Amino acid sequence: MNARLITRAKEWTQEQPWELYATQIFVLMRNEIRRNLFARRRLWVYLLAAIPVVILLVQRAFARNTAEPFYIESATRVLARIVHLYYVRLGIFFACMGIFTWLFRGEVVERTLHYQFLVPVRREVLVIGKFLAGTLISIFLFESAVLACFYLTYDRFGAAGWSYIFDGPGLHQLGAYLLVTALTCIGYGSVFLALSLLFKNPIVPGLVLMGWETIAPILPAWAQRLSVTSYMRHLCPVELPVEGPLAIFTVVAEPVAPVLAILGLLCLSVAVLVLSCFLIDRIEITYTAE
Amino acid sequence: MTSPNRQIVFDSVSKFYGEVLGVNRVSFALDPGITSLVGPNGSGKTTLLNLLTGLIKPTRGSIHVLGLTTGQPVELFRQVGYCTQFDSFPPGSTGYDFIFWPLRLHGFGREQAARLTDEALERAGMTQVARRKVAGYSKGMRQRIRLAQAIAHHPSVLVLDEPLNGLDPIARAEAIALFGALAVQGMHVIISSHILEEVDRISDRVVLMSSGYVVAEGQIREVRQEVRDHPMQILVRCSNAARLASAAFELNHVVEAKIVNDGRGVLIRTRDAEQFYLRLNKIVCSGLIEVEAVAPADDDVDSIYQYLIGCNGGPI
Ligand SMILES: Nc1ncnc2c1ncn2[C@@H]1O[C@H](COP(=O)(O)OP(=O)(O)O)[C@@H](O)[C@H]1O
Ligand SMILES: [Mg+2]
Repeated sequence: MNARLITRAKEWTQEQPWELYATQIFVLMRNEIRRNLFARRRLWVYLLAAIPVVILLVQRAFARNTAEPFYIESATRVLARIVHLYYVRLGIFFACMGIFTWLFRGEVVERTLHYQFLVPVRREVLVIGKFLAGTLISIFLFESAVLACFYLTYDRFGAAGWSYIFDGPGLHQLGAYLLVTALTCIGYGSVFLALSLLFKNPIVPGLVLMGWETIAPILPAWAQRLSVTSYMRHLCPVELPVEGPLAIFTVVAEPVAPVLAILGLLCLSVAVLVLSCFLIDRIEITYTAE
Repeated sequence: MTSPNRQIVFDSVSKFYGEVLGVNRVSFALDPGITSLVGPNGSGKTTLLNLLTGLIKPTRGSIHVLGLTTGQPVELFRQVGYCTQFDSFPPGSTGYDFIFWPLRLHGFGREQAARLTDEALERAGMTQVARRKVAGYSKGMRQRIRLAQAIAHHPSVLVLDEPLNGLDPIARAEAIALFGALAVQGMHVIISSHILEEVDRISDRVVLMSSGYVVAEGQIREVRQEVRDHPMQILVRCSNAARLASAAFELNHVVEAKIVNDGRGVLIRTRDAEQFYLRLNKIVCSGLIEVEAVAPADDDVDSIYQYLIGCNGGPI
């Protein structure tokens, strides 16, 4: 039984025109990036990414001397908050909401979705191509922003800052931040892509999702597996005490190995993408020519 | 008898948009050649073509195009080119890009895609303006660039939704010649139009639609006959209704003549409206009755009749 299944899977793999799929994904990504990256309506996404960078720049412009090395620890905590509280909770959330829900809805609004359905491209391939394009855009945007924040945080300490980076834990933390940023983009991206295929207007479900992510820390462990931020908490390189009104309810989650957190989030994303592949099959072109 | 693998087969296909009827119980099997889909606006032409290409899914029934279903997009869309009625384009694209990149999605390499693009532009007469942005095109140019995209990959089924709309007479003649040339190569060419005369001469076959139903289908001559045989209702408002009713009963193509409730008109059902109108003219000329108004009581059939016969239905 099992052996038959394996032979069948092997046959299926050999039957698939992988090279064609790869070309198609490449072309789809190129089209999508051109359509999305330089669109004027994406301006607010750049703003979301840039706000902390601008604040740090302003702060730096007003500080005359190099900062006292004594404050490196607190600067590190501020940076961790920027990444985990601002970018993960807000910036990337809303940017992904904008970018990923627009992947299909934008084509409906602009009445161009039928072009995607009239070429010999499997709809699953279309979903993956668009998803990867959105991921690339958001990762590029937010990793650049995180990198800039990191540079601005430590550069003001002069030599002490650089030594924190290269001799201390700095590089490791940077790696963790970049990983968290990328995974958050992937996680939210897949979820918003699915939501945009499920609902005509994904704003309300988006807000529900925001609420879900906010209360996730007080939910039981199984429910936390369905929340992007819960995985990200385990990947924070700096101890962040829970604050705010939710602190008293917070279930102190036992630490999860980073590898498991990464795998967990990727599994969640793949599951949601598979769901999207089913959802895209239901999509019909119902806009009319005026 | 053509094998089903070369035919386009609709098997009692219905499509409802929620409560709204798109098409109902459509069944036919089309052989290669030019098929015209004719019917007034809102009769379901676009719905039928969108069903054929999988842009929408049938509520009931099944569709096979050359033996393929819309569940096999890779195989299907190698064979099918669809020039839709949607006059919209990917933002910022040039005429060339608009054809080139979809060809890349087909899996053609750069050189071959470029060659096919040039060929399609040439056929649609768009080579000169190909490097300009589509946003700056005229309506006719947009129509032609979409036609070029639909034929670029050499499909064996070409589906065109109102392809002659927005074309000037010269471009129209060129487009019709192009469709003819493609059909000669053994392709399916399916053209929708709300004006039969446009496509009448080049069609091998006509599918006549009205209010979501296929009302007639076949060779153009058969269809004319079928519509002729379909009794049609005409309401005549006149002074002496009883007199007209009895005169009408003497005509053997009149199936029914009914005096309307207020007694100031007659509802006629006839198999030959043209004959009836001629007869009515004579009655009016003889001064027996005074006619206030004549109107087809059955709008759809009448409009189809007009499309087909080219008679505008007035007695005067
Ligand atoms: N997206 C849609 N939503 C609701 N009704 C629709 C939609 N598209 C078409 N219809 C209805 O279906 C019928 C057939 O329309 P259509 O196929 O566009 O006709 P045609 O192309 O012959 O003008 C019309 O009554 C139209 O109002
Ligand atoms: Mg139409």
